[in-house]
Amino acid sequence: MSNNQENAPKSAEALQKELTSSMSRPTWKWFLLSGFLGLVIIWGSIAWAYQLRTGMGVAGINLPVMWGFYIISFVFWVGLSHSGTMVSAILRLVKANWRRPILRGAEAMTVFTILVAANFPLIHLGRAWKLLYFIPLPNQRGLWPNFRSPLLWDIMAINTYIIGSSLFLYLGMLPDLAILRDRSTGWRKKVYGVLAMGWRGTDHEWRVFARASTMMAVLIIPVAVSVHSIVSWDFAMTLVPGWHSTIFAPYFVIGAIYSGVAAVITLMVIIRRAFHLEAYLRPLHFDNMGKILLVVSLLWSYFYFAEVLTIWYGHKPIEWEVFRYTIEKYWYLIGLMVFGNSFITIPALCFKKVRRSIPAMLVLSLFVNVGMFIERFLIIVPVLSHRNVPFVWGHYIPTWVEVSIMAAAFAGFALLYTLFAKFFPIVSLNDVMEGEHYKSEVRLGRGRLNTIITED
Amino acid sequence: MKVRKEESPYKWGMVIDLDRCTGCGACVVACHAENNVPFVGKKLSGYGRAMHWLRIERYWEGEYPNVRARFIPVLCQHCEDAPCEPVCPVYASYHNAEGLNAQVYNRCVGTRYCANNCPYSVRYFNFFEPHWPKPLDQQLSPDVTVRSKGVMEKCSFCIQRIRRGKETAKLEGRMVQDGEIHPACAQTCPPEAIVFGNMADPTSRVFRLAQSPRRFRLIEDLGTDPVVIYLKGGGREYVK
Repeated sequence: MSNNQENAPKSAEALQKELTSSMSRPTWKWFLLSGFLGLVIIWGSIAWAYQLRTGMGVAGINLPVMWGFYIISFVFWVGLSHSGTMVSAILRLVKANWRRPILRGAEAMTVFTILVAANFPLIHLGRAWKLLYFIPLPNQRGLWPNFRSPLLWDIMAINTYIIGSSLFLYLGMLPDLAILRDRSTGWRKKVYGVLAMGWRGTDHEWRVFARASTMMAVLIIPVAVSVHSIVSWDFAMTLVPGWHSTIFAPYFVIGAIYSGVAAVITLMVIIRRAFHLEAYLRPLHFDNMGKILLVVSLLWSYFYFAEVLTIWYGHKPIEWEVFRYTIEKYWYLIGLMVFGNSFITIPALCFKKVRRSIPAMLVLSLFVNVGMFIERFLIIVPVLSHRNVPFVWGHYIPTWVEVSIMAAAFAGFALLYTLFAKFFPIVSLNDVMEGEHYKSEVRLGRGRLNTIITED
Repeated sequence: MKVRKEESPYKWGMVIDLDRCTGCGACVVACHAENNVPFVGKKLSGYGRAMHWLRIERYWEGEYPNVRARFIPVLCQHCEDAPCEPVCPVYASYHNAEGLNAQVYNRCVGTRYCANNCPYSVRYFNFFEPHWPKPLDQQLSPDVTVRSKGVMEKCSFCIQRIRRGKETAKLEGRMVQDGEIHPACAQTCPPEAIVFGNMADPTSRVFRLAQSPRRFRLIEDLGTDPVVIYLKGGGREYVK
């Protein structure tokens, strides 16, 4: 892979210094940002406390629309969590060399988005304090959770994914933690020392590490696919017209990857800017991520088309009524979604110029995530509003409580990510250094070519 | 622990004759009084927070001036193959041996999944702590639990009356006789449109009425197999 900016391989010292710029002493700006995020989280917590005290009635849900913004947010955040690990695992497996600076940020995004997502089912519970009933604890009454319920599959899947993606992140970080341990002093040295688990960088350790990374990458992909399939089955397993559809599982998985890839791109732009990593996150990376986004965007559009086409062609009265109502009431949302997810994204991403332009990629990736949020809204709210019995048809208006909790979720994710970047390298040191190590110049006729040579 | 399948000689069922129903709403009031169904108020009712275990659905047919109203009382259909039951993650919604679709309030965590999956939308959620304006708070039935905020509730076929009827019969060493147990709605209905009884007994009134050629069940094509059987109303279109 060639590039014209880099020449001689950098020294390890210089590399480490540049890559860990995010871990420098926090400035007043950092404190200001963290403080602001903290305040938003506190406000969201107050809103939740108010809801717990008063009842679910403070949210906008009602008889036909029993699920609202909380479940929409849950699906949205689980969706975001999908790409980090997935993209990282796939890129590791295909040994794409440009992956190196992206991995860590993407993997960390997965862990924090899934942690945020896991809060929403709890917030959505009418009696959140009875959460223990979900856990298969032996008790004298022989009561057990109902394993036939997709919600229980959901809990299992989410917990598996939290554990799996955290391990994936941690495993990839081991050599970096050892570097940090060797470079730091005081309490930090102790903490990093424990976390590094005695990594010394011997040949044997590296071999085991490479093997374990590959294995984790292979194992995490089916977990990621199953998690979002199960989230989709929360809907598809019901008898609700508009939900009861076989396409939901693959459609949700693709939707999740779509929003996730877009979120990785958004984060890449932010990290690049905030931590001055322009030399590492280059237009090349945006170009390649843009290609992935284009493929997923085409897939998503195809799935959406296939789903809508069958509803329209079949014209089953109740399913058609749901779709008709969606178009009538939320035409502007459908328009925005299709525009942001397909009509603008697909043609734009066909051009290398767009893919290599960082502002353009930022705008597109934000478009996609707004579109995907709308998509989840359209799957849940209009469908529930017009179900089988016309007498109870209704509508849904979110309240300030729901909006506050959603804002707190965004703030929570941002804060976790900021803190992570402060204590751990947000760009993988060992991966980038490995890449630098393989880099060399080859004479080709009169010219010189930058190449990357790897052992297979 | 050995699990034993419970069996019962009773299969409770209901017949609602739409030809007799006048839409007066007495059953709704009786149900509220009997089952401690909370008071919601005008404003919240308008936003879909109304709670009526039994509701009279009113549909208009035709264009003005040739307009007529049709009524249908809708309550929990106690489906034999109920969609609400498998989706509950904690078994708060389950089927008992007598064919009742039961709801365990203490077990309910409030995921509201059952309400989404109920094709009849007859499950009601306690969005707030229940309350009754004075003097309604003085008339709560002592036989029925008052449900707290955050749990799902719905028609129980007046399970407290069924229990009492069975206890009386047991003391006297006999089966419950036909017409001995009436849910509040059936007891109150002035034109006797609602009939309740044991579907497992071929001599019971409810069983015989259910054989009518006018019988139909709500959204039958979903295969939920409800035990509430409606008898088609109509014919009055021709009465001027």
